[in-house]
Amino acid sequence: MSTAPAVEIASLVKQYRHARAVDGLTLTAARGQVTSILGPNGAGKTTTIEICEGYRAADSGRVRVLGLDPDRDSRALRPRVGVMLQSGGVPPAIPAGEYLRLLARFHAHSLDPAGLLDRVGLAEAARTQYKRLSGGQQQRLALAAAVIGRPELVFLDEPTAGMDPQARHATWDLIAELRGSGVSVILTTHFMDEAERLSDQVAIIDHGRLVAGGTPAELCGGAGQLRFRADSGLDTDGLVAALPDGTAAKESPAGHYVIEVPDGVTPQLLASVTAWCAEHGVLPTSLRIESRTLEDVFLELTGKELRA
Amino acid sequence: MGRMIAAQTAMETRMLLRNGEQLTVTLVIPLALLAMFSLEPLVSVGGGTRIDFLAPGVIALAVMSVAFTSQAIATGFERRYGVLKRLGAEPLSRVGLIAAKTVSVVLIELVQAVLITAVAFGLGWTPHTSALAFLTVPLLVLAGTGAFSGLALLMAGTLRAEATLALANLIYIALLGLGGVVFPLSKFPAAAHPYLTLLPTGALATGLRSVLAQSAGVPVRDLIVLVVWAAVGIGLAARTFRWE
Repeated sequence: MSTAPAVEIASLVKQYRHARAVDGLTLTAARGQVTSILGPNGAGKTTTIEICEGYRAADSGRVRVLGLDPDRDSRALRPRVGVMLQSGGVPPAIPAGEYLRLLARFHAHSLDPAGLLDRVGLAEAARTQYKRLSGGQQQRLALAAAVIGRPELVFLDEPTAGMDPQARHATWDLIAELRGSGVSVILTTHFMDEAERLSDQVAIIDHGRLVAGGTPAELCGGAGQLRFRADSGLDTDGLVAALPDGTAAKESPAGHYVIEVPDGVTPQLLASVTAWCAEHGVLPTSLRIESRTLEDVFLELTGKELRA
Repeated sequence: MGRMIAAQTAMETRMLLRNGEQLTVTLVIPLALLAMFSLEPLVSVGGGTRIDFLAPGVIALAVMSVAFTSQAIATGFERRYGVLKRLGAEPLSRVGLIAAKTVSVVLIELVQAVLITAVAFGLGWTPHTSALAFLTVPLLVLAGTGAFSGLALLMAGTLRAEATLALANLIYIALLGLGGVVFPLSKFPAAAHPYLTLLPTGALATGLRSVLAQSAGVPVRDLIVLVVWAAVGIGLAARTFRWE
């Protein structure tokens, strides 16, 4: 039983009246790992998570959470799974401390509510009503509520939305701590740096399907980039011709040049680029070599047009 | 399960007692009507003293205010704010949540009962206190609570929170006027009389009054009316309630 993955989704389909939210999604999240689900708005992230949480039934496909069916076995799963909704869920007039004490009573071996409140930086706000907390404080209370029952698996739907940098770092620490104590974490986020930093595995989904999956390093690949700035209008075709096969160069935006190579930037490549520049009387400034970021990969896979 | 229901009940009750608007509806208005209408001859109540007529009606109003108006509004907004959805992820079951809400309503009713009887006695209330009354009054109140709770959850589980808020207040005022709470049903045309006692408030007020003011036997008709309302309301609510 303990060998079952945290989440196992195969050929999942969920049709709403006007749109197919999830369209044959297949992905697996291993136990004890942080798995991030990334995707543009409307990609099917929340629908997928809510099916795993037992809130909605799948139209077809197979979903297993800790080896159990979230729809049929919800009674067995509820004590073992923590949930943080994308927004709301807390009575507006309830004081933060009272809310955690209430939820603690629902679980046999809960964390200490006062200690947890302190841990998420809300000790001072214990008597403050939920509706009087700042957006970031509300998020932290919802996060604390998801973990108070010592779950084996937590679903966090955009846990750091609306948080300031301090709160975001505190949340990252908490998630890392959960992982360290063996808890499986499934999260959605729009922050690529967050996914890159926290995740063991990343799943990028779009239009209800998996478009890429793997560790952040695998997704960013060995491919490297060389970036520099110079006068606009350089002959990038001429530059590419002077470089090894498979190299691409583009100017975007004007005056910013990116040279991409599939197998990483080598000293020889750097020498070839600077030699070409010297030949053409070009001084490359702000020259740097970096690997692709998760954001580059994400935009490449899901396009740049705006979503709903 | 008992521990979870107890925790949820305590929370629901605390939230109700802390909410000024809810307290106005559940305690202040019934007590104010009791005092005002018994001290000033605003309405002719027919035979008997004014307070003996008013106290049973105000008890019926109090039951309606907490089981129907207050519960409908609170639950409607809990649904709107995702509170019910989030609770669905907890080990507390849906049945446990409804049980907690019901126990919380009954606890508030006990507070109302203490305050209303104390004020009524202070105003010279002399109810008939037979053994039958001690059995029948709680039975009527429980049946009334079931009837009003069913209607409250039916509205809260299907309508938008704002619509529930408006409608719950509107129905409260309508039933306050038409339900024999402070205006005797005999003031209405005789032809309307039987229909008004088919309303839950009319049935509860009439039933309580027949036991406490007229020391009649068990008001079977009123009890049946309330049980039918409860069965229909709870049945429909169970079928139609949407948690989010």
